[in-house]
Amino acid sequence: MRSSKRDRGSAATAGLLSLLIVILVVVTVYVFVARLWVAPPAITSVGHEIDHQYDLTLYVTGTVFILSQMGLAYAIFRFRDRGQRATYTHGNNAMEVIWTSATIILFVGLGLLGYKAWAEMRFTEAAPNAIQVEVTENQFVFNFRYAGPDGKFGKLDPKLISASTGNPLGLDPNDPAGKDDIVVPTLTVPVNHEVELLIRSQDVIHNFYVRELRLQQDAVPGLMIPMHFTADTIGRYEIVCTQLCGLAHYRMRSFLDVVSESDYQNFLKQQEQPAAGQ
Amino acid sequence: MSSHAHVVPHAPTGFVSKYIFSTDHKVIGIQYILLAMTAVFVGMILSLVMRFHLAWPNAHLPFIQGGIMTPEQYASLLTMHGTIMVFFVLTTAPQGGFGNYFLPIQIGAPDMAFPHLNMLSFWVTFLAFVAIIAAFFVPGGAPLSGWTGYAPLSGLGEVTGPGEGWGQTMWIVSIALFCLASLLGALNFIATTIDMRAPGMSLFRMPLTVWGWFVTAILGLLAFGVLLAGGVLLLLDRSAGTSFFIPAGTVVNDQLQPHSGGSPLLWQHLFWFFGHPEVYIAILPGMGVASHVLSTFSRKPVFGYRAMAGAICAIGFLGFMVWGHHMFVSGMSPYSGFAFSVLTMSIGVPSAIKTFNWLGTLWNGKIQFKSPMLFALGFVSLFVSGGLSGLFLAQPAIDNRLHATYYVVAHFHLVMGVAAIFGIFAATYFWFPKMFGRMMSEPLAKLHFWFTFIGAYLIFMPMHWLGIAGGIRRYADYTAVDFLKPLQNVHYFMTIAAFVTGAAQLFFLFNFFWSLKHGAKASKNPWNATTLEWSTDSPPPLDNFDGHYPSVYRGPYEFSRLDTVDDFTPQNIPPAEVKRNK
Repeated sequence: MRSSKRDRGSAATAGLLSLLIVILVVVTVYVFVARLWVAPPAITSVGHEIDHQYDLTLYVTGTVFILSQMGLAYAIFRFRDRGQRATYTHGNNAMEVIWTSATIILFVGLGLLGYKAWAEMRFTEAAPNAIQVEVTENQFVFNFRYAGPDGKFGKLDPKLISASTGNPLGLDPNDPAGKDDIVVPTLTVPVNHEVELLIRSQDVIHNFYVRELRLQQDAVPGLMIPMHFTADTIGRYEIVCTQLCGLAHYRMRSFLDVVSESDYQNFLKQQEQPAAGQ
Repeated sequence: MSSHAHVVPHAPTGFVSKYIFSTDHKVIGIQYILLAMTAVFVGMILSLVMRFHLAWPNAHLPFIQGGIMTPEQYASLLTMHGTIMVFFVLTTAPQGGFGNYFLPIQIGAPDMAFPHLNMLSFWVTFLAFVAIIAAFFVPGGAPLSGWTGYAPLSGLGEVTGPGEGWGQTMWIVSIALFCLASLLGALNFIATTIDMRAPGMSLFRMPLTVWGWFVTAILGLLAFGVLLAGGVLLLLDRSAGTSFFIPAGTVVNDQLQPHSGGSPLLWQHLFWFFGHPEVYIAILPGMGVASHVLSTFSRKPVFGYRAMAGAICAIGFLGFMVWGHHMFVSGMSPYSGFAFSVLTMSIGVPSAIKTFNWLGTLWNGKIQFKSPMLFALGFVSLFVSGGLSGLFLAQPAIDNRLHATYYVVAHFHLVMGVAAIFGIFAATYFWFPKMFGRMMSEPLAKLHFWFTFIGAYLIFMPMHWLGIAGGIRRYADYTAVDFLKPLQNVHYFMTIAAFVTGAAQLFFLFNFFWSLKHGAKASKNPWNATTLEWSTDSPPPLDNFDGHYPSVYRGPYEFSRLDTVDDFTPQNIPPAEVKRNK
């Protein structure tokens, strides 16, 4: 076949499109290999488990991504119209069976492997000695309640909720269990000690998200959702709301302070004063 | 299969009956396409305003009251952008538009099964669009609860925010009307496909486009009814004092709300039971178009046609069993979450089958780089990129990291937004000659392709990385959270890319309207294609075939047969009339 003008146009288009796809693959691989954008290090063992499953998924999808995109780029350039006749075929059943079985094993297998981290985080309950903290969210604040020295949370009554008069949770002043409850706007927990959060919302759906905990959980009105974690690194971490909850959603945040055991005891001492009816 | 009465119906003569209240599926298809073009323009402008605000949160905008955008205005924009794009573009153009126009012609029918119902579907959709646009202008402005409209935020009225009063009500009314129209449309598509195929057009001789529209219609029939019911319940919660979605003890601004006994998760189940199939409603027609166009311009039969039709059905079937993957961190049982996860991973299988067969179709082909083909190739690349990121989000453990970040936004924009739009562009460049009897400009179309293909990746690849670093979606700006401030640079980059890509759409707009009048005259079959729409005039006559209804003798993708002179063998040519090699 002699090369006509149309063929050359075809080669330029095919070449450019193939090249763009190759560039896409190279840049994407570079971004991941050079770790240009990464999450901060996890501070829980479940977090590391999640990161492990994330990496595994990255290797699998990365391989499929590179092979499919490169295959596409190759086909675009190699089989451009150069005056040849296309091969007449309706397919190949053996190949259909092979790639169907392979993707079932790869994708479903990957999903099953993800069981471990999810189960460790969500199928188990907190240990009996875990520190319970109730997390209450409303537009657009977090409140954290500790049970105080008696180890019991006082009764709440939604009719008594009055953020403006200092009772944002609606603590019932007649319940003695509530007298020593601690209500604070940030979350302080001791390092290497299991914490159980009891997450709830007063108004619309919010969320409790700490990147370093690899923990994200909606706060749903009408539900009290328990979540547990054990932080292994002292530090201050941001808590944000990730569920669209109204106009000030973007600035609804608080802090998680992971402190030493002695600092935690100091924190409790400072806070130990009646919370209700201040 | 029905026998067709070979009588040419009388053409309507008045302007109104011909172009406005027409029962001709071709006119209705074009009406849907024009509605979607209007909607995509509005939706794109909203996204550009949002992108501008994200990059420069304190800049003065001339068209915003008070000059600087408020957080509630930002939340309204994202709500309206999502709603308009998902419903009035991604559902309307591929199915209502191209499906309406080409499904009857591709199966050799004179019209849809129920032409008047078809007209009603369009005009109810149009009313729904008027209602959603009206939400901008009611007291309080547009709603701010997102296109997902999660209760109780969407159920309590304006106490939860501006726009949650009248605006949210208009939103629900619009969605309910849209559901109603889509239900009627879905019935029509299903009845037409089952009942009105030409003699010889067996199910496995239908073009994959028809398979796409047919399965999409079944999804629509099963999904839209559920959202319609959800919408009615939400409206009752807001206006009739019921408590389907609002539990006891709900307190907003220190005021106890008069509700008890409802469940916020119920709304999410109803919404996503619709919402996940909706993703496939948006993409299945695009898959059909991609297969169709790839085969035509590779001059090769579709590789694994039956596997492709089967994969469309499998995606449709599995599509109804995965809605819970939107709710991993919602408070739903973690055991359900794991079941939904495994089902979701398995939906990757038919998606992979499609990708491999597309590559198989190109392999050993004779690829001609016409503009529809470029968009179909772009579709494959984008579908791979956008689909694979779904394997992360399908796993609940990893979802703890990525949920509600820009990673999710990037994932669904690539796969159901940009890929679906590439399917729509491929369809437009491919069928424009048939619809309007004129060719579109190839150089302009190619310019449009290069800018859009590169631009889409420049916007949405960095968006994945932003999400991996923890960039939260639906935030009016990144100034209030410490860990988000360093990510602001990514927003600059994406915003600039978005403006360039947005501007490049003017190539398309100009090409479309200029070619209507000035494009070169199109022949019956400018692409040397094989399916029935190319056997009739461009544009087709009122009854599509001028009384000469076709019979079908072979499958839809007979390209490059060894025993024929031409490299394509149309479906309607009797075997005796095919020019053979000696």
